[in-house]
Amino acid sequence: MIGYLFLVLLLAAAVGYVMNRATARAAIAGGSARFHSLAGFHGAYALLLTGLPAVLFVLLWLLLQGSVIDSIVIGSLPETEMAGLDAGRLSLIEAEIKSIARGNIFGTPEPWKLEAAERYNSLRSIASVALWVATLAIAAVGLYVARSRISPEFRARHRVEAITTWLMIACSVLAIFVTFGIVASLIYESIRFFDKVPITEFLFGLNWEPQIALREDQVAGAGAFGWVPVFLGTIVITTVALVVAVPIGLLSAIYLNEFASSRIRSISKPILEVLAGVPTVVYGFFAILVVAPAIRSAGAALGIDVAPNTALAAGGVMGIMLIPFISSFTDDALSAVPRALRDGSLALGATRGETVRKILFPAAIPGIVGGVLLAVSRAIGETMIVVMAAGLIATLTVNPLDSVTTVTVQIVTLLIGDSEFDNPKTLAAFALGLMLFIVTLALNLIALRFVRKYRELYD
Amino acid sequence: MTDLASSAPQRIDWSDAELRKRLARRHSGDKWLKFAGIAALAISFSMLGILVLSLVSNGFAAFTQTHLKLEFEISADRVSAEDPAAGNYRAIVRDAMLGLFPEVTSRADQREIANIPSNGAQYILRDRVVADPALIGTRVTLSVPVSDPYDQLAKGLVDRKTPEANRRVNDQEIAWFDRLEEKGLVSKPLNTGLITNADSRFPELAGLRGAILGSFYALLVCFLISFPVGIAAAIYLEEFAPKNKLTDTVEININNLAAVPSVVFGLLALAVFIGWFGLPRSAPLVGGMTLALMTLPTIIIATRAAVKAVPPSIREAALGIGASKHQVVFGHVLPLAMPGILTGTIIGLAQALGETAPLLLIGMNAFITQAPGGILDSSTALPTQIFIWADSPERGFVSRTSAAICVLLVFLILMNALAVVLRKRFERRW
Repeated sequence: MIGYLFLVLLLAAAVGYVMNRATARAAIAGGSARFHSLAGFHGAYALLLTGLPAVLFVLLWLLLQGSVIDSIVIGSLPETEMAGLDAGRLSLIEAEIKSIARGNIFGTPEPWKLEAAERYNSLRSIASVALWVATLAIAAVGLYVARSRISPEFRARHRVEAITTWLMIACSVLAIFVTFGIVASLIYESIRFFDKVPITEFLFGLNWEPQIALREDQVAGAGAFGWVPVFLGTIVITTVALVVAVPIGLLSAIYLNEFASSRIRSISKPILEVLAGVPTVVYGFFAILVVAPAIRSAGAALGIDVAPNTALAAGGVMGIMLIPFISSFTDDALSAVPRALRDGSLALGATRGETVRKILFPAAIPGIVGGVLLAVSRAIGETMIVVMAAGLIATLTVNPLDSVTTVTVQIVTLLIGDSEFDNPKTLAAFALGLMLFIVTLALNLIALRFVRKYRELYD
Repeated sequence: MTDLASSAPQRIDWSDAELRKRLARRHSGDKWLKFAGIAALAISFSMLGILVLSLVSNGFAAFTQTHLKLEFEISADRVSAEDPAAGNYRAIVRDAMLGLFPEVTSRADQREIANIPSNGAQYILRDRVVADPALIGTRVTLSVPVSDPYDQLAKGLVDRKTPEANRRVNDQEIAWFDRLEEKGLVSKPLNTGLITNADSRFPELAGLRGAILGSFYALLVCFLISFPVGIAAAIYLEEFAPKNKLTDTVEININNLAAVPSVVFGLLALAVFIGWFGLPRSAPLVGGMTLALMTLPTIIIATRAAVKAVPPSIREAALGIGASKHQVVFGHVLPLAMPGILTGTIIGLAQALGETAPLLLIGMNAFITQAPGGILDSSTALPTQIFIWADSPERGFVSRTSAAICVLLVFLILMNALAVVLRKRFERRW
């Protein structure tokens, strides 16, 4: 339905373009007066005026339609049935009414639900007709205005350029809106979470047991939301990942930059880049299919007890993923060291290795540290590998052989499946997301500082 | 300086043993560094090799599917001509199997034998009869998939030497299956179902059709949003924007967005798109919108680089003959930068194709046995399907998962190859 509407609008805009251009052309060819703008701009003006307001209207309508209809239907439900219902119960009734409206009737629902479903359906069909009529009317008005404006004095080009400039500004401001949306949604849901769980308990609590009893009689923990063990697990896995990635990434970058022939370099670099292009879900499957069993059997051979989802497997595989990241940052940092420093060192008789160790490396250190910090931020935010290969239970341990959980794992497991927004379990995920966002943002800003600082050093 | 000039140049005794030793030590330090570098590279490459090898060797098994050729008797009392869809096809499949083993009489054994063909065999038969009701009352020969344990057995993935208790098929069942093989009823054709079927609880029937379509729709939405918006934003920032606070903020924001963890975008989508706007869960529309937000920085950065690479002489020439700033940008700079923009866009879309975490949060990991018909239908995507299958306990899903990963990697390789070709063919050096 909506697809057809957009198609019709596109068609209308195209017709407006062609009509206006033809009229302007004819008028210009008539030669009564010199036109300010070319015929094409008169056409483009019609195109924008016909299409743009209508499309914006449709988008706005679609965003609001669902919630408006829902609230009308809910508001019209009989008072007697609604008295004393909490939000969870209400959304259940809403879902039931919608499923009845779609024709999936289970059992014999109460008559007022059937009535509501009917009202829901009729509201929807009214809305769809209203949308069509209103949109086409807006498009028609736009077209009419554009048609009536064709005249030698009308500055169509200026108008068209002004509109496109505003469109471009709107597109670039979108980035701000996205950041704002992230921050707003995370903070809003987190505040609702901190209403139920005090913020001090979240920040300093040493227990993480988000499984809350759904029914009164169910046997389950009371629910503890202390993020310390979760964050500790994240740090353990990140450390393992860095222990793998930093030496390998550094050494391969040094080798490729200083020792390798250009042929080896041109072959090796793309292969390293492939490691960065592999989707993380593939790494996750690799971790559970190959790496974790291998570590377990190695541990068994050495007589060490290794947990099935040890932090070593998830962290190690994450390290492999980060190798190209570290190596490309190191590569950039080494290449940015001025040629004069390298040549000077070699001219004084230092070997290539000594030049790297004593001249290039110290000079490149800020850039490398920046890269490592970005890698840390990546590792903390990485989700699929740990969701698949790390554990679910938060334990206060720093032993990488144990099973640990991470912030991202908890976010995903808390939100997977059906979730209601008034449950502390669901809201806890947003609080974790907020912490994750803050930590990664801080790391990124510090890393950028480092990188910028060392750039200034040689400019 | 005079001191240096007056003293005679010191002669270096190259044959001095101490000097040679020192030199050797310094050079060996070099060698070690070089060796460590080679070892580091070798580790990375071997990891990549193990990754690809383990996936291909595991996934290889899922590219064929064991089929059983059976003769079904579609009798009129099992299937009525008025309503062929409601017939008792389960019994027909059972009879066809038992007909091959007339000597088996115990009910338990008969049940086991009826379980050799896949549970989906009855539906394949049903669809066939519904499509051609004239078959009722005749005998039909069809190739149907066998169930997962026998599929593993036929492919040699079940070690017959392991103790019977540790095997998924017992000796009796192996003997039955061997007899079917002797009769020449077992075949292993290419597993087209992997691409043409939707998801299923039974590994032998599960396919990627729904996931591929879901990914396609999500990427389509992602492209339709991020491509125009990304280009407009990049052109504005590169060509028009005055240097002020607002544009600085925009630039910082874009760079930060590129570094925000993907799971946070999932939280945003869940709270805003689904929670506040009430868009449907699990829909490729929401998935595509989320992916578009993540792809946007990639496209903006690529577009800015491509626009920057167009030499100023082009702009000046166009301005010189009276074009307006907009005419210069949209008539000359943008077309010349297009190859670079497209390359960046394809690479961004390839990244979006492999993205999993945000799609999990908006519910694109549901179990859906029907391919989506549009962007508002519930569906999965390729990476989330891989995640679902990796979580499934059935043995057959291990090879299916690897095969699904191979399919995903093929798509990624194709997209990246397209990007490379575009760059090689159309990139202009000024």
